[in-house]
Amino acid sequence: MTSTLGMVLNFLIFPGLLFTAAVGLLTTWVDRKVSARVQWRVGPPWYQPFADFLKLMGKEIVIPEGAKRTGFLLAPLAGLAAVTIVSMMLWLANLRGAGFVGDLVGVIYLLTIPSLGMIIGAAASSNPLASVGASREMKLVLAYELPFVIAIFTAVTKVVPMTLRLDGIVQYQAATGVLLGNASCIIAFIVAILCAQAKLTYPPFDIPEAETELMDGTHMEYSGAALAVVKLTQAMMLFTLPVLFITIFWGGLVVTGWGLLYTIVKYLLIVTIIVLIKNTNPRVRIDQAVRFFWGPVTVLAIIGMLLAVAGL
Amino acid sequence: MGAKNWGFKKSLWLFHLNAGGCNNCDIELLDCLCPKFDVERFGIKLVGSVKHADVLMVSGVVTRKVVPELIETYEQAPKPCAVVALGACGCTGGIFKDGYNFAGPVDKHIPVDAYIPGCPPRPEAIIDGVVKLLGKL
Repeated sequence: MTSTLGMVLNFLIFPGLLFTAAVGLLTTWVDRKVSARVQWRVGPPWYQPFADFLKLMGKEIVIPEGAKRTGFLLAPLAGLAAVTIVSMMLWLANLRGAGFVGDLVGVIYLLTIPSLGMIIGAAASSNPLASVGASREMKLVLAYELPFVIAIFTAVTKVVPMTLRLDGIVQYQAATGVLLGNASCIIAFIVAILCAQAKLTYPPFDIPEAETELMDGTHMEYSGAALAVVKLTQAMMLFTLPVLFITIFWGGLVVTGWGLLYTIVKYLLIVTIIVLIKNTNPRVRIDQAVRFFWGPVTVLAIIGMLLAVAGL
Repeated sequence: MGAKNWGFKKSLWLFHLNAGGCNNCDIELLDCLCPKFDVERFGIKLVGSVKHADVLMVSGVVTRKVVPELIETYEQAPKPCAVVALGACGCTGGIFKDGYNFAGPVDKHIPVDAYIPGCPPRPEAIIDGVVKLLGKL
């Protein structure tokens, strides 16, 4: 009974919904501030994402004419729940170690749910531009999933004995040094960062929500609290993906003593790399994105996998 | 209520609606977002969809053709939503007030919260108008 209550608290407060939402929103501030500095601007104050969130919660929800109401409103919540579970799994595997079974396949599966939620929500909104966004998002998911999975399984191949459990990977790295020290895992890390760019729909792969042609595409018809949930899911993804990369490639999260500072530095470094790629690249077309992911990126990922099998 | 109002004041998302203007006010509006003025410091940003908007910036003389679209866009915007008439044409009709295709200024069709005159208004004037709008909220 207490463990059930503990799991519910884990899901809702720490390290689940509340914690991930707060840190995720702060991370979007880092994103906006770094973007502003790159563009030689000052940028918003630190509380800006929280003000946006509060304002959106207080606004009216407009349901478009002809939309499927249930699917339209429930799809973003599915994405929010999925990303919360992923964050909880990652943190519990890092904090509790062997006591918690976190499975990497489950993480990969749950990380696609936000994209699927956006596809369902956009398709239910009966807006032609949102439908175009949904179809592009579908193609993008098909494109980046293959190299992403190969990149993550490169890390699994390096762990001895081979394990899919998150805590096993963290413990292996604690015993023998970080996986990022290997050539194969450096390649896998680069591939994973590129796929994270597409997973977050950041430029150069913001094709589903292209602001200038599709007017925010998949998010177009969302307003008020529903839009707040969509933005929150994106913010939490921006928090969860770097945490995943730190967990499986870079030694895991340490929250005691100087290790906490080192963890924060690692986290901010990965976020800054993602934001700098976002700010220095133009948007590509969907066919170019699919060709890029199935061509060079998959080849790179396979080379990393082969190196890992060869023992490098 | 206090927190909601604070959030609204700190994060105004503008939707830009051209109701038959000559594009001059629109360019000045975009100037506000450039590094020199950088209104994102105050949480103001442009959004692409009217469903995300808090403020409708209506520029241009309202032509007869555009009146139904103007009213429908206003109705689709989630409330609370403020409306700003941008430029001399939006406020009064300007030099087109006797035109055959002029359907009356913006406030004849939808309620307007703030007027920013000028042909075109300078970015400083637009920021000043938005500050006055914030004082009204």
